[in-house]
Amino acid sequence: MSAVSKDNTIVNEKIVENATCTFCGCCCDDITLTVDMDKKVVTKAKDACVLGKSWFLNHVIEDKPIARIAGKEVPLDDAIDEAAKILIEAKFPILYGMSDTICEAQRQCAPIMDDCLGTIDTTTSVCHGPSGMAFQGVGEPSMTLGEVKNRADFVMYWGGNPAEAHPRHFARYAVTPEGMFTPNGKDDRTVVICDVRHTKTAGVADIFLQVKPGKDFELLWMLRAACKGVEIPDNCKEICGIDKETVTDLFEKMKNCTYGVIFFGMGLTMSRGRHFNSGALMALATDLNEFTHFVAKPARGHGNVTGADNVVAWQTGYPFGVNFSRGHPRFNPGEFTTVDTLTRGEADAALIIASDPVANFPKPAIDHITSEKCKLISIDTKNTPTSEAAHVSIQTSTYGINTGGTVYRMDDVPISLRPAFDSPFPSDLEVLTKLRKKVNKLAKKLNRPYATKKYI
Amino acid sequence: MKGQLILIPGRSAKQGVGLNKGKLKDEYQKVTTTLEVSFEDAARMGLETGDHVKISNNIGETNVTVKALREGKIPEGYAFIPYGPPSSCLFDGETCGTGMPASKGMTIDVEFIKKGEKKKTKLPPRTAAG
Repeated sequence: MSAVSKDNTIVNEKIVENATCTFCGCCCDDITLTVDMDKKVVTKAKDACVLGKSWFLNHVIEDKPIARIAGKEVPLDDAIDEAAKILIEAKFPILYGMSDTICEAQRQCAPIMDDCLGTIDTTTSVCHGPSGMAFQGVGEPSMTLGEVKNRADFVMYWGGNPAEAHPRHFARYAVTPEGMFTPNGKDDRTVVICDVRHTKTAGVADIFLQVKPGKDFELLWMLRAACKGVEIPDNCKEICGIDKETVTDLFEKMKNCTYGVIFFGMGLTMSRGRHFNSGALMALATDLNEFTHFVAKPARGHGNVTGADNVVAWQTGYPFGVNFSRGHPRFNPGEFTTVDTLTRGEADAALIIASDPVANFPKPAIDHITSEKCKLISIDTKNTPTSEAAHVSIQTSTYGINTGGTVYRMDDVPISLRPAFDSPFPSDLEVLTKLRKKVNKLAKKLNRPYATKKYI
Repeated sequence: MKGQLILIPGRSAKQGVGLNKGKLKDEYQKVTTTLEVSFEDAARMGLETGDHVKISNNIGETNVTVKALREGKIPEGYAFIPYGPPSSCLFDGETCGTGMPASKGMTIDVEFIKKGEKKKTKLPPRTAAG
């Protein structure tokens, strides 16, 4: 399709309807993209939020090599051969990341680590990993965002800042949309925000609760006790920073709503208590089902981090932190999660896919992954501190913009992507499929007993 | 001009936008080196928006720029910084058996380095509602 630009030149323009933004876990699939096919750039991203616009409009095809070894440009196959050799020869190889790629590419990862007798971990371990542990302990009172839109009349955000991290969450799913049983949008809902800071999210709240930092568990447990008929204690404000009357009123609103939901963020999982905080919140949502319908859901961050957990879980039985060194999958957060294996200096090779631990991990882990003791392999779409520090670095095309595939929204709903234009860089799927085959070939040569296992 | 605060790193929209433009670019670097503190704490430590300070703990140290926030935006005694390499260098690798490092709520020392080069932004007048 052609169009006339402002300076009267003919532009080879393409419109992509219902494109999916894969920046955050909302995975909004109603974006209309205008693409300049000559320059290979997205010029407009209608209906995208500030993060979505920056995701699409800043995407450019970079002039850089597809593959590098020790900073020198090499053919892709050489880089894959070198990566496979490093991984198969390593004593404790790890694979980490996968949150910013499609499920089809994620499927290749567990077989690679199985053949290397290594450890596979997703970015969940430094995100909602503690919530993943809590699911196994107390269960997950779950739902889809469609249900929330159509039914929820009590919406709470706890320890998260969706106004900045998931900007369309309010308008598309939870606060302002007009639903089947909430025809008046926000007027039909009570919106409660609980956080230690008065963030931008607090601006949409009917009730804002500024909890004392590190006292979320205490407040959650008081509400759980209230479900069992225990009165909110008089010294409530002293304990958690919120007075008794406000907490009592909150409990009454929770109990008397028709459909309640709590979305929770990393304010719970990253602070003291971690999985106990997430567990307490989900147990509270379960307890509230004695009175009404109540659900809870983590507000997941990166585009397809939910997909990474689902894929690893259906292949190995566990969502993250899975080790294959005994020939069968074993799950143990704290032992097989990436921050731990790096901080303890155990990993001697690391395959990092679509993530950036060198920018985001604790200093002791960064010190190890960037040292000579650990051979670093990076597969990513952009230049990052990790790709720059890597021994083998492979640049791939961007999912959702250059390549199609499947991603999971934060409520575990799968969505198909509609790419806008091609890229000269290979896809993650292509690179990982080649790497998987190469690793498997080497594993068979070494007579690794599980190298012939079939994966779904 | 020294003090202690509890640091809460987190996401921000500006950090997300900077991330899309490129982690090695100035915008991302600037956003992830901005430390938000309460107006009261800034006054107590003699700091103003734009001042450069060193923040440190037993894990590491980094230099950042101060931004003093209006009353009520952040509790006194606490500071916020968007996720990025500067915040990461203060995280401990201990995960208490969960895989998740304690990335929020670490105690940091704040030490003045030098005055900001730019003209100070005047804070809006305080109101009863904060």
